[in-house]
Amino acid sequence: MSTLEVTAIGLLATVQDRGRYGFRDQGVGTAGAADRASAALGTRLVANAPDAAVIEALLGGLAVRAHGPAEVAITGAYCPLTVTKASGRAHHAAMYELIDLADGDELRLGAPTAGLRAYLAVRGGVAVPAVLGSRSYDTLAAIGPAPLAVRDVLPIGTETSGDPVVDAVVAPWGESGNPAGVVLDALPGPRDDWFTPDALRSLRTSTFTVTPAVDRVGVRLEGPAPLERAVADELPSEPMALGSLQVPAAGHPIVFLADHPVTGGYPVIAVLTDAAIDRAAQLTPGQFVRFRLRP
Amino acid sequence: MTPPRFLRAGERDLLVEFGTLAAAVGMRAALERAPIEGVTDATSGARSLMLHFDPGVTSRAAIEAAVAATEPSPGLVMSAGTVVEIPVVYDGEDLVGTAELLGLTADGLIAAHTGRTWVCAFGGFAPGFGYLISDAASLDVPRLATPRTRVPAGAVGLAGEFSGVYPRESPGGWRLIGRTELPMWDLARTQPALLNTGTAVRFLEAGRS
Repeated sequence: MSTLEVTAIGLLATVQDRGRYGFRDQGVGTAGAADRASAALGTRLVANAPDAAVIEALLGGLAVRAHGPAEVAITGAYCPLTVTKASGRAHHAAMYELIDLADGDELRLGAPTAGLRAYLAVRGGVAVPAVLGSRSYDTLAAIGPAPLAVRDVLPIGTETSGDPVVDAVVAPWGESGNPAGVVLDALPGPRDDWFTPDALRSLRTSTFTVTPAVDRVGVRLEGPAPLERAVADELPSEPMALGSLQVPAAGHPIVFLADHPVTGGYPVIAVLTDAAIDRAAQLTPGQFVRFRLRP
Repeated sequence: MTPPRFLRAGERDLLVEFGTLAAAVGMRAALERAPIEGVTDATSGARSLMLHFDPGVTSRAAIEAAVAATEPSPGLVMSAGTVVEIPVVYDGEDLVGTAELLGLTADGLIAAHTGRTWVCAFGGFAPGFGYLISDAASLDVPRLATPRTRVPAGAVGLAGEFSGVYPRESPGGWRLIGRTELPMWDLARTQPALLNTGTAVRFLEAGRS
């Protein structure tokens, strides 16, 4: 069985799959890849089953050495890729393509030129043991396979879903760097009626800035002015959906990502669409965001 | 009983809001016996229930109709079987202040906390945290105005109509009346959480130090 040895990590690299279901009553959320579309695209490129696990690397910096042959693909945040052979000879490799690693080859992800989270899919899947039915690491609950560390050796599974049908796909975004502004689609509710008409207008028309406080729990945004509440009551704790735009007391919204808390005590003014959730997981500090509210 | 309100929460979730905790818990129990097709997960809140659904299989309108046609169970059903006993040392920082808020002495509050059966209404907040309620006279107290940034594992608290045990160190705004050494969360168990919906609980005084 081939393995991948971790030889470098950036800020944070974790194993993720499609998430953990059925434990919300015990206080455990879903986790899973933050940008699900990018993880799924990598999984398809290497022809894995949809629930195979990938590595999610925050801001690049990840390097792995193959022990035995391995077929991989990198998707998500646009990173320069280098493959160094056991002989020391190095060559570049491309994102969104199948990359064949021979025994001893090391693949290194540089710092991304666009986006935040890159995904490494390996044919056969990252076969670390599952915890509560999933191979996802939940940073909030601290449950799942521990974040990767240098010298970890990751087993590669044998289960695949047929043979790869394409060698490469067009990058869905990111080839030309980070755009200054990103538009995210959202549906108003469940608690839009807890806000003033001015707050809803502001949500529709203002430009929000991505703050440095960005993690797998959420993306904290700052608007030109706080979103004012029409209802001042304390909200009894209620369940929170993935992609919720929760507005804490200070009035600046947080977009909830994969590791968001199961319940919360601040009202949610709108919830992002599925596609917008994946895009939000790639927002980088300093970028501008506008919301397009759909009826 | 007032009919539930249906609130959209994105493309895959529907928030159902009830007038009382009992109504929310009763609907949850009824839907567990008669699940709605296409609803893949349910999460409870203090007055609400969030239904996660597959839009390829069902629609918001279909779920709303199914919920409206469902007769809720009569509130919280206590699980059959053993009552979980939680030994508590009642030396919490907020014990005396909380007793005063309730017009009780510290002894009176301990007697009230240990002298009733609690039931886990739902879980959330952190792995292993159960929201416990009881039928006896309310021990309703507001949360702390400023939450603590650090509450130790095992801290036993009160907030609103609930009592609960912090499964691990975390921030928290509940009023702390004591502590226990009984682990609330253990991945080696089939059910990692000690307290699950319907679990009956008695607190026992293990000391006051």
